[in-house]
Amino acid sequence: MNQNENRREKEIAAQAVDEIPVNKHKHYTAGQIFWKVLKYAFLILVSLCTLIPIVVVVLGSFKTQAEFLHGNVFALPKSWSFENYKTAFIDGGMLEGFRNTGFILIVSMLGKIFFGAMFAYAVNRFDFKLKKPIMTLFLLAMLIPAIASQVATFQIINGMGLFDTIWSVILLNLGTDAMSIYIFLQYLREIPYSLDEAALLEGATYFQIFRKVIMPLLKAPIVTIIIISGVGIYNDFYNPLLYMPDDSLKVISTALYAFKGPYGTNWPVILAGVIIVMLPILILFLTCQKYIYNGVSGAVK
Amino acid sequence: MQSAIEKFKTNYRLQRRIIVVLFTIVPVALLLVFSYLPLVKMIQYSFTDWDGISANSHFVGLQNYKTVLTNPQYIQVFKVSLYYFAVAILQLALAMLLAVVLSYKVKFPNLWKGLVFFPYLVNGVAIGFIFLYFYKQNGTLDTILNFFHLDSWIKLWLGNRSTNNWAIAMTSLWRYTGYNFLLFFGAIQSVDPEIYEAADMDGANKWQQFRYIMFPAIREIFLVNVILSVSGCLSAFDTPYIMTNGANGTSTFVIQTINTAFKFNKLGLASAMAIVLLIIIIIVTVIQRLATREKD
Repeated sequence: MNQNENRREKEIAAQAVDEIPVNKHKHYTAGQIFWKVLKYAFLILVSLCTLIPIVVVVLGSFKTQAEFLHGNVFALPKSWSFENYKTAFIDGGMLEGFRNTGFILIVSMLGKIFFGAMFAYAVNRFDFKLKKPIMTLFLLAMLIPAIASQVATFQIINGMGLFDTIWSVILLNLGTDAMSIYIFLQYLREIPYSLDEAALLEGATYFQIFRKVIMPLLKAPIVTIIIISGVGIYNDFYNPLLYMPDDSLKVISTALYAFKGPYGTNWPVILAGVIIVMLPILILFLTCQKYIYNGVSGAVK
Repeated sequence: MQSAIEKFKTNYRLQRRIIVVLFTIVPVALLLVFSYLPLVKMIQYSFTDWDGISANSHFVGLQNYKTVLTNPQYIQVFKVSLYYFAVAILQLALAMLLAVVLSYKVKFPNLWKGLVFFPYLVNGVAIGFIFLYFYKQNGTLDTILNFFHLDSWIKLWLGNRSTNNWAIAMTSLWRYTGYNFLLFFGAIQSVDPEIYEAADMDGANKWQQFRYIMFPAIREIFLVNVILSVSGCLSAFDTPYIMTNGANGTSTFVIQTINTAFKFNKLGLASAMAIVLLIIIIIVTVIQRLATREKD
């Protein structure tokens, strides 16, 4: 992780140097220098607060149990062995966790994109009687905190016979998702209706227009939805905890949570588990920063 | 047959009707079943003493609501939210400060932005463990205090009733500041840079620029942030659940609700709690909507 960050830092630094016009001859007043120092001191302090809790976890994850018990949390491990990672990954069942999380991710994502795009297309391009009330229902639903209604949702899932199956969580991911619909709607508004009309003149059906004209233009919102709700599903903890207690159904969050029991005193293995869980998200973040920023701030509007 | 297909291809009214029904039915059905049906059921349960398992239950009127709002054991969880509120204020102030600082010219902007924002993406369970490790005896915090010769400050951070809620709530600061920051930052960026240049030329100082240009731009998003923080504070769940499992007076509203429903099998009472939470969140949201509308 450190190496990655260093590299990233250098890249950014190189860019920054390119961008900032050099004005070496400018003289700063004492006041300006004071503010400059204060500004960077503040930023460095904030960064340290972010980094220190994670850096000690990285260090700890490489230590042996004995080293861990007798040393300081900031002490470097004697050897960089991946033994703890192996234990966490294989004995801790994280491999299974990744498999289940992966399955939930793929199916939920396909559902969100498929149903979300179709719904947005119908709502944006056509008028129908119930359109207004339906949109109001979607808007109001966002007010209901999902976690508060688990009490009753549980009874519904149970009544459907889906308790302790992977479909319970997938269905909930699809059922409580108004966000992707709004993201699609936002983009659909930008696609001019003249494109539809041109296709209609050529004799295309509405279905063909949706598939061949609209869908290819929705790539950007699809990427945004995949990243934003992907992170959400990957990090989801209480749905799997509540609806899939079976050991074979554990996802990455619940697999890590299960470390609390058997590895309760074996901190190095727990810490390795923490890093394993964080790594995919870190890689995603470093590669898709722009999409993540846009998606996260866009989702609120 | 052939002609039927041909007919369909040109019968656009029929196509429209089919698309409207076919394309909306699944999302609407899911919405009704997983957002509104639970709501209706919850209201229904909240007037009964149902345990969630047995076939019969009794109507108890407003008894459950009375328990939630008067029994000290249940009111306690509202007090726990106050720690999260206090931290949320600090969090919003810090997020705004960071957004302002990073809006001016600064070296390595992406690096700082990334460092501030990344914790928001980290898995809640991982955060729970990271901070268990941070607060544990001889853990990160104790080691730092030792380094600065502040050994006398060391406490059992998560075991001590005077510090445990602060300790857990502070993890929200680490986790969510970046999110609030991003919203503020986006709002500031939406201001045309020429306005600042014009202000510079007119001799406005940095404070005046903040007061008269930046702040008005972020006022609306400020309210959004406040709302998100309030509902976030009230529905705090995963970090306290992982770190202390709600023991020792750290139970939050949601932990209490989930435990009441699934551990103590008092589904009626838990439903009443959830409805109370929902009403509070709706009130807060309506206030925010009204406040933002007033401006327009």
